[in-house]
Amino acid sequence: MVKYEQKVVVRLQVNNETYEVAVRPSDLLLDVLREQLGLTSPKPGCLNGDCGACTIVVDGLPAKSCLMLAVEAEGHSVLTVEGLNGSAPIQKAFIDANAFQCGYCTSGFLMVCHALQMQYPTMPEECVVEEWLQSNLCRCTSYNEIRKAVHILYHQQDNKYQK
Amino acid sequence: MIPFDFAYYRPESLQQAINVYQEYETRGQQAMYYAGGSEIITMCRVGNIHPKAVIDIKNIPECKVLYQDNDYLHIGSVCTLHQISKSNLFPLLKLCCGRIADHTNQCRITIGGNICGSIIYRETCLALLLCDAEITIFGKDGFRRVRFDSAFHQTLQLQSGELLVSIHIPTWALTARHAHLKKTTNEKIDYPLLTAAALWKDSQIRIAFSGLYDYPVRSVEIENALNNSSLLVPQRIQEAIRCAGQVRNDVEASAPYRLFVLQHTLEEMMEG
Repeated sequence: MVKYEQKVVVRLQVNNETYEVAVRPSDLLLDVLREQLGLTSPKPGCLNGDCGACTIVVDGLPAKSCLMLAVEAEGHSVLTVEGLNGSAPIQKAFIDANAFQCGYCTSGFLMVCHALQMQYPTMPEECVVEEWLQSNLCRCTSYNEIRKAVHILYHQQDNKYQK
Repeated sequence: MIPFDFAYYRPESLQQAINVYQEYETRGQQAMYYAGGSEIITMCRVGNIHPKAVIDIKNIPECKVLYQDNDYLHIGSVCTLHQISKSNLFPLLKLCCGRIADHTNQCRITIGGNICGSIIYRETCLALLLCDAEITIFGKDGFRRVRFDSAFHQTLQLQSGELLVSIHIPTWALTARHAHLKKTTNEKIDYPLLTAAALWKDSQIRIAFSGLYDYPVRSVEIENALNNSSLLVPQRIQEAIRCAGQVRNDVEASAPYRLFVLQHTLEEMMEG
């Protein structure tokens, strides 16, 4: 049985690298990623699981890192925008669609869209896209452009396969 | 951040989990079973609760099951709403799960957490109240398996240290006619002004509500009114509304407005 009663060193698998970090059992994954690993793409927003600015991908599914303990991430694969290395198709699609204004929500949306593509290699029904995107808020209201980016993402991929 | 410390345990068995719980209880300290964690983390962060320990039950095999045999669909308490929806094994429960919080949170929220948490809506309970579901509970005296509706009275009645292990859905319910309507005040993703779930058995409607009262409820009186074939459908609905009695009256909606929404929801459901 895992038993952590005070500050402890845990191994986290983040962006395909292994990190050893000293955490309190009550430390949030969001805080550990940002303050200990220097991965600042997950943004603190509502800290309540509503806004999605802190979204990361855990084992292929989106997760709000403000609602996850760092110690829970042990043994799981964590991915943040830094792990996309600027070369993920969704990042290009966001640029092509101008899918941001202030940009604060962007990393959360990128991770949701990236996870969507991992779960649905081909374009899912529109209602699925809508359902996934509804997990995040954009107060600049770039919603149409973000949805357009998802379409560009799958369109780019279709073209790639056709070539 | 959570502004205080607690201990974290991740047991591999039910007995280990309950041992830790009892250890803290003996010391007069609070330990909490922890699965998806969204509610516990939020409440810790804002200072509503101060547990000395959380016991993460996600590694306990009995709590992780999701399979169907000849008689039942078995769902472990730490199955996430996303897992349940994706399995598509119980369509009515899938609909309930799909309208709780948002999709990303559905990947974390567990069915056990939705049933046992403190948020009053507990919308997965609606499907369970309608289908004669049974649940397995583990406590210091071992396992007990009971009907869900006999253990759920406004909240799940668990004894100190007991934890919900799994849920068992009779197979007839998996293919039964069903309906699910959720009405919110503004946004699609919100707590329910009113959620109604219905399941038909032997051509009789069974119906349960969330948001109508301070707890989810299956109403036999409303069912009797809706199944009264001596009345026309509009008369049945009026009778059903009369049976609803005193409903929630809060900042989200006044009681008369909730009854107005109830009327239209029942009309929609009976037409469908």
